[in-house]
Amino acid sequence: MEQPKPQVKADKEINLKGEVCPYTFVKSKLAIEEMLPGQVLRVIVDYVPATKNVPRSMQNEGNSVLDVSKLNDNDWQIVVRKG
Amino acid sequence: MLDFTEEEIKRYSRHIILKEVGGRGQKKLRESSALVVGLGGLGSPVALYLAAAGIGTLGVLDNDVVELSNLQRQILHGTSDIGRQKTDSAENRIRALNPGVKVTKHCARLDKNNVERTIRDYDVIIDGVDNFAARYLLNDACFFGNKPLVEAGVLQFLGQIMTIVPGKGPCYRCVFPEPPPPGSVPSCQEAGILGAVAGVLGVLQATEAIKLILGIGKPLVGRMIIYEALSGSFREVGFRPNPKCPLCGEKPSITELVEYPVACEEQRQDAVT
Repeated sequence: MEQPKPQVKADKEINLKGEVCPYTFVKSKLAIEEMLPGQVLRVIVDYVPATKNVPRSMQNEGNSVLDVSKLNDNDWQIVVRKG
Repeated sequence: MLDFTEEEIKRYSRHIILKEVGGRGQKKLRESSALVVGLGGLGSPVALYLAAAGIGTLGVLDNDVVELSNLQRQILHGTSDIGRQKTDSAENRIRALNPGVKVTKHCARLDKNNVERTIRDYDVIIDGVDNFAARYLLNDACFFGNKPLVEAGVLQFLGQIMTIVPGKGPCYRCVFPEPPPPGSVPSCQEAGILGAVAGVLGVLQATEAIKLILGIGKPLVGRMIIYEALSGSFREVGFRPNPKCPLCGEKPSITELVEYPVACEEQRQDAVT
């Protein structure tokens, strides 16, 4: 059984519903660039490939992915802590 | 989002994705300026790639009109531009590629009276000139004005490039103290140039200019890359600042701008690049 994930308060949230790759990552990256190390970004997407691509690219840039989970039938959240 | 329009995010997305560029780097490009001296075989790809990259201000300098014999290598200009000033043709082409770039036209030939004020407002200078007089004038003016200069030359199937950052490495005169005697080095008009070779070197110059602006990687300072197209080889030759350099050495003999006569076979701007 998967443990419920502790809720992390996001410092910034962006809604990228309707966006596809690579703009899901491009816009996530632009958002996190403006944040301070340790701050948390919550990204909402509805493009399923982005739930793999955005976390991978975010990790490649030195950030930590705290959560990728389905919110409802259409939407996902990706929670990232800036490295 | 942030300071970028949706259009800019899409246009520059492949840059922004790069770790070394990102949104910050893209903004740096937008806030920077570069001067392309000579809108020929080298200057054409330089201007196009800097414009495509989203440089804020692009200065374009040339005093010539487009001729049919230019079009084999000078991809900034088209057949319908024949007879037009190269600066006008360049402006149109750059605007069509990227309307976000501010184009500043300098329809002039560099001389010792205008070179310093021409380069003053630019962050990076790119040398695409076709004669030794202008090449040495630009090197000296960039040294006195403390401007980074991306230097290149091409002939036949050969090209060479080096980046000159005053105080950080050798200048052009450290390597070649004086221009060669007039007539000893043939011009492209006499000797020919494979158009695509000028393209290779111009694209390398654009890359160097972007690296300088972004402050990423290792510039070609103190390193000359020599491209030999027939063998398909790149060679790197290292140079140190020359203590006997007449310009930046310990006892410089050149303390103000000097203007060499343009050799007669070099007088036509379309002679080289």
